Amino acid sequence: MSRFFTKAAAAAIVMASALVAAACSAGSGTSPSASPGAGGRALAVGLVAEPASLDFTTTDGAAIPQALLGNVYNGLVKQDDSGKIVPDLAKSWTVSPDRKTYTFTLVDNAKFTNGAPFTAADAVFSINRVKSSWTTSLKAAMDVVQEATEVSPTQLKVVLGAPSNDWLFRMTTRIGAMFSQTGVDKLATDPVGTGPYRLGTWQRGDSITLRRNDDYWGTKPFFDQVTLKYFKDPTALNNALLTGTINIISTVQAPESLGQFTSNAKFQVIEGTTNGEVVLSFNNSKPAFKDKRFRQAIRHAIDHKALLETCFAGRGKLIGSMVPPTDPWFEDLSAATPFDRAKAKSLLQASGSAGASLRLRLPTLPYATSCGQVVKSQLEQIGLKVKIDQLEFPAAWLTTVFKNADYDLSIISHVEPRDLGAVFGNPAYYTRYGTPQLKALLAEADAGDEQTQLAKMKEAARLLSDEAAADWLFLLPSLIVADKNITGIPANAITEQFDLSRLARS
Amino acid sequence: MLLRLIGRFAVLAASLVVSSVLVFAFMAVLPGDPARVALGVNASPEAIAQLRQQFGLDRPLTTQYVDWASGLVRGDFGTSYVSKVAIGPQVADRLQVTAWLVVTAMVIALVLAVPAGTVMAARHRKLSGLFLSALSQVGVAVPAFLAGILLIVVFAVRLGWLPANGWTPPVVDPVMFAKQLALPALSLGLVQGAVLTRYVRSAVLDVLREDYLRTARAKGLRPFKALWRHGLRNAAVPVVTVLGLQLTTLLIGAVVVERVFVIPGLGSLLLDGVSNRDLLLVQGVVMLLVMAVLVVNFLVDLLYLAIDPRLRGGAR
Repeated sequence: MSRFFTKAAAAAIVMASALVAAACSAGSGTSPSASPGAGGRALAVGLVAEPASLDFTTTDGAAIPQALLGNVYNGLVKQDDSGKIVPDLAKSWTVSPDRKTYTFTLVDNAKFTNGAPFTAADAVFSINRVKSSWTTSLKAAMDVVQEATEVSPTQLKVVLGAPSNDWLFRMTTRIGAMFSQTGVDKLATDPVGTGPYRLGTWQRGDSITLRRNDDYWGTKPFFDQVTLKYFKDPTALNNALLTGTINIISTVQAPESLGQFTSNAKFQVIEGTTNGEVVLSFNNSKPAFKDKRFRQAIRHAIDHKALLETCFAGRGKLIGSMVPPTDPWFEDLSAATPFDRAKAKSLLQASGSAGASLRLRLPTLPYATSCGQVVKSQLEQIGLKVKIDQLEFPAAWLTTVFKNADYDLSIISHVEPRDLGAVFGNPAYYTRYGTPQLKALLAEADAGDEQTQLAKMKEAARLLSDEAAADWLFLLPSLIVADKNITGIPANAITEQFDLSRLARS
Repeated sequence: MLLRLIGRFAVLAASLVVSSVLVFAFMAVLPGDPARVALGVNASPEAIAQLRQQFGLDRPLTTQYVDWASGLVRGDFGTSYVSKVAIGPQVADRLQVTAWLVVTAMVIALVLAVPAGTVMAARHRKLSGLFLSALSQVGVAVPAFLAGILLIVVFAVRLGWLPANGWTPPVVDPVMFAKQLALPALSLGLVQGAVLTRYVRSAVLDVLREDYLRTARAKGLRPFKALWRHGLRNAAVPVVTVLGLQLTTLLIGAVVVERVFVIPGLGSLLLDGVSNRDLLLVQGVVMLLVMAVLVVNFLVDLLYLAIDPRLRGGAR
């Protein structure tokens, strides 16, 4: 008997016709692009990394602050698009002459989404909680705080153990986020902040929807609802914008794919800068690298312009040291060690390591893979032997290169803000640099006044470049593509947050 | 009959135990420390040690295995290292998504393959049969993700008929659900259908050569009618076997297709888990997939017995 097939076929035909009907209705009726923007006050943003949890006090990674900082949480201070520290929940602040006491005057109309008012007591609680309850490594930036006290509900006093310019800057990052004393029980799923948005729904593996906080103390945002949609695959991300599923691509991962947007009048392409220095890191503890001439030979051997063309479609900026252009002490040092193959060869001879074999251990990230090929071929042209190893990122790379420093060369983008000291100021860090000379400069910069800080940081950046502590391949660009009519998009991606509050549709 | 059933069931149980040991062992030798990945760059050794302790990674492997396996038996998959959320409900959520995808793809594959394979067999010397045969060869050669990308380019980007990605649960918006399911299910279903067609064709061809079919023809039945009455049920046995095996490839194909179409199914969960070194999560998902495959094979065995009475005699 054929009942089995008859039934299966009948079920299949029903299913198939349902699919066809869906396809037809899609074709004749509304196009899919109508869905996210429906009503005019909803927006969908495409991002690349979904957070695993919403609690950045215990989970590391850039994805959580990107979604929540500035949108759900406010800090006392924040950075504007040009990198300047500006007021947020603190209206103003003063620094004592010994540069150890900061007095903040807070806004008086801020409220948490759980209904509690924001006061100086919450600020004290938030600052102390970094020291007591945070588990991520970033908490160390709060170590310098000796005491935080509530002077009045709108006055906060913070005393540092030693003068530190870096501390106020770090308060613009996630460690400066202000939490409610009565709202930290379920941070991983239910964040409570004072920001322009509150968490709506979180569809794991797909998207996070933020809803406008109608009690927001500042200027209310334009959009009632913003959906952050997560894509692992760059092609899928591009397709989502092309078909109207999203309105903005927050960061374009594959610059060679920009052509389809620049040639289309429906979209705008915005290029700004980031904090992401793509570093060709040297293992300074390896014998060959102890000779400065060897390190300089590698820098002179690399044609950075050609490299940027080949591996990042010419987008991005040559910087020559560990400072992005949005830091106050930026100087363009890209010409300090020009491409000069003959000089590279003679430096290499002088160092006594000509013909050395190097392991270039690359994380499995697209830019590292493509730049790694260029670096290999350029170093081989001065007679070095280069072997490329691919290490799965993050797990294998973190263990092998980062923890065990089992590498000669690696390529990774260091995206943390003002990270010159973190990457090169510590001999235990995987670059194994941290010379006393550099450490002294960094300490003076941190303790001094603004002018001293500026001068010493410039000196530190020049020192790194002269010493060839690493090679700086280029600075990652911030590449954003959006529907033509979206305004208020921050061009530079120099903070941990993606500011949704100023976005609007014209 | 009963003995045969018990035997099959014992094999299923033993396979489950062995595979759980293997899955656990593979995770244990995977390079990369979950605590280090969770804490990222700049983490201090103390913080990492503390987190390892919190995760229970400092205990002997046998203790970790027994904990995990006994949890599984109770239906408890443990708590994710990264998100600190119970794994069981997460996996159940994602499983629903993948199940929709796989089942729809399977139905599409069957709808394509049974008629096409039968026609190919019945007319294997005619032009129409050869044409279908060539077409299915093309289908076999195309991987599901490539089919997916092609479908996106044509139906989403060029024509704008269907969304290129995303997922809406059917209870929320059935129309949107169907639209978003269409392309990924098609890209899996077309490819699987092409593969399945080859099996249906050869199974039907075998049946066509059987004496009973010639007898049926001799009694005056027209070829397709004879096939329908007497042939298809016999052809079904090898096809059902392949169907069981194909479910496995379909699940693996779904992992890739989910990424292309940004669908929050088991595949995406698995890949995220691997890159975050969320070992318990990965173990849970892999174990579930293994279970699904083993149970499907078990069911296929049972289905044989139902379809083909001759096999039932085996346990006499």
